[in-house]
Amino acid sequence: MNLGIGVSVALALAATASVGIIAVTTERPPIEGVQRGYRGTGMEQVYNPRTLAALNVANKVPISLPSLGTAGPRAGAVYKNVQVLGDISVGQFTRLMVSITNWVSPTQGCAYCHNTANMADDSLYTKVVSRRMLQMTQHLNIDWRSHVAETGVTCYTCHRGQPVPANIWFNGNGSDPTSGVTQAALGKNHPSTPAGIASLPTDPYTPFLEQANEIRVVSQTALPTGDRQSIKQTDWTYALMIHMSNSLGVNCSYCHNSRSFTDWSQSSPQRVNAWYGIRMVRDLNNTYLNPLRVNYPANRLGAQGDAPKVNCTTCHIGVYKPLFGVSMAKDFPELGGGPRP
Amino acid sequence: MAMLSFEHKYRVRGGTLIGGDLFDFWVGPFWVGFFGVTTMFFTVLGTLLILWGAALGPTWNVWRINIAPPDLSYGLTFAPLQQGGLWQLITICALGAFCSWALRQVEIARKLGMGMHIPFAFSVAIFAYFSLEVIRPVLMGAWGYGFPYGIMSHLDWVSNTGYQYLHFHYNPAHMLAVTFFFTTTLALGLHASLILSAANPRAGETVKTVEHENAFFRDLIGYSIGTLGIHRLGLFLALSAGFWSAVCIIISGPFWTRGWPEWWSWWLNLPIWT
Repeated sequence: MNLGIGVSVALALAATASVGIIAVTTERPPIEGVQRGYRGTGMEQVYNPRTLAALNVANKVPISLPSLGTAGPRAGAVYKNVQVLGDISVGQFTRLMVSITNWVSPTQGCAYCHNTANMADDSLYTKVVSRRMLQMTQHLNIDWRSHVAETGVTCYTCHRGQPVPANIWFNGNGSDPTSGVTQAALGKNHPSTPAGIASLPTDPYTPFLEQANEIRVVSQTALPTGDRQSIKQTDWTYALMIHMSNSLGVNCSYCHNSRSFTDWSQSSPQRVNAWYGIRMVRDLNNTYLNPLRVNYPANRLGAQGDAPKVNCTTCHIGVYKPLFGVSMAKDFPELGGGPRP
Repeated sequence: MAMLSFEHKYRVRGGTLIGGDLFDFWVGPFWVGFFGVTTMFFTVLGTLLILWGAALGPTWNVWRINIAPPDLSYGLTFAPLQQGGLWQLITICALGAFCSWALRQVEIARKLGMGMHIPFAFSVAIFAYFSLEVIRPVLMGAWGYGFPYGIMSHLDWVSNTGYQYLHFHYNPAHMLAVTFFFTTTLALGLHASLILSAANPRAGETVKTVEHENAFFRDLIGYSIGTLGIHRLGLFLALSAGFWSAVCIIISGPFWTRGWPEWWSWWLNLPIWT
């Protein structure tokens, strides 16, 4: 073919750009696979071992401080205004306070929550929030074993050395859902962070992890008789599901056999765990986190004036079991961790 | 079997790649050739192995017969026959039969003095199969990544493997492949309707010729690719569809382990708007 010089240069540039983009944006073999279904079903987790190595470093578990014993006077008798941890020993109490400082405010220290002139003083909002968080942790470890099992959680599961956990969310999810006069505020058609930047609803958290809207959209009948689920509703569910996948660093086939997403008998046991997880997160958001709205200063609230809330990423942070399943809670029975008494 | 009147003209010797004159003969209307023999060998053996695999399985329901690849734990080694070994042998037979058939097409094309378009086109289909069952599993390190042999089971594999990457429609090569598939059908639809309308004029008129065909498309879209060109275009579109299909599955896993939507972050992060 006899192409002009301009066309040739343009083609060469386009080819170079394509090769460049592909080279810098993709991964490479070897990869690591985990089979999670009968052979040949395609139910496999696919991992990049280089990414896993980084994830392992990020999830290094801090060593629990040695126990100071359960004997001796009770914390409630020695200290004033101990509302939640009053019946544990002073040794346990001190150890837990130091641990919380290490987990939540290692640079800010005790003064992040306490008035150091009077430790019993409730004047700092952070202390009031911490107390509620202690109750929430106990509630999680005692009442939500259907999701956290014997492994349990501690403050560190979410906080990871930061006063505010890295992965929290607010209503609307910080997105500007419209752009220009031609787009309606449907919360979609923009890169959705929860949905791994797919063009799906940008805030699937509010309807499913705060409110209790129906997630299941698959029709139960062969013919369209009475099924009111729409493609739009499916998009909301899809966004939530991608959020769950990315939170856990797994793909859809971790819980589902995609030949029938809805059928429990063809799903993996992990789907049951996830089902409880969704209910657990709703419970935490509504019972513990939303009511704290009145305690927070304005800079801790979202654009719509709502309190920070949790989703799957808050604890999991890209790992199928937070901290790769290492139980820190078993060393802290006062948080409700460890085997059931 | 009696030959058609013009068939003598085509029954010429030569053009073989292997075997010289040894297999250069016809059985009824079919030319045999060395690769005809190997095709038959692999086809019969592979089919019998499939039947054996079906006999070992729990069902004779033709939709549900399933001969699955080995567990991932076998890696790239041989597996016991009942745990994926049959799948491995059937894959070898399938590739043996497909490649034999392509080489048989080469021999026939040489015999008749034709171009290599037919074996080339068929090779693209073989490449797609080879990508799924050999290239991708080898790159990922286990035969277990191949698709199973079964009418329903291979569809389940396609579905689950797609969902390994959360939303497969964001796979850029899949986008290209789908676009080429649809464009192929569009081109075929345009071409077929053109030929049918030219060949079926209203009562009392003669069949229209290429001039009418060209004039129709020049009036419609300002351009006619021509009688030869449409077939070249059709071949390009169809082979591109198959080629990019192969690419889209080779890159899923070996070169991308996460959700495909996420791959597009390079686009959102282009310095033009960030």
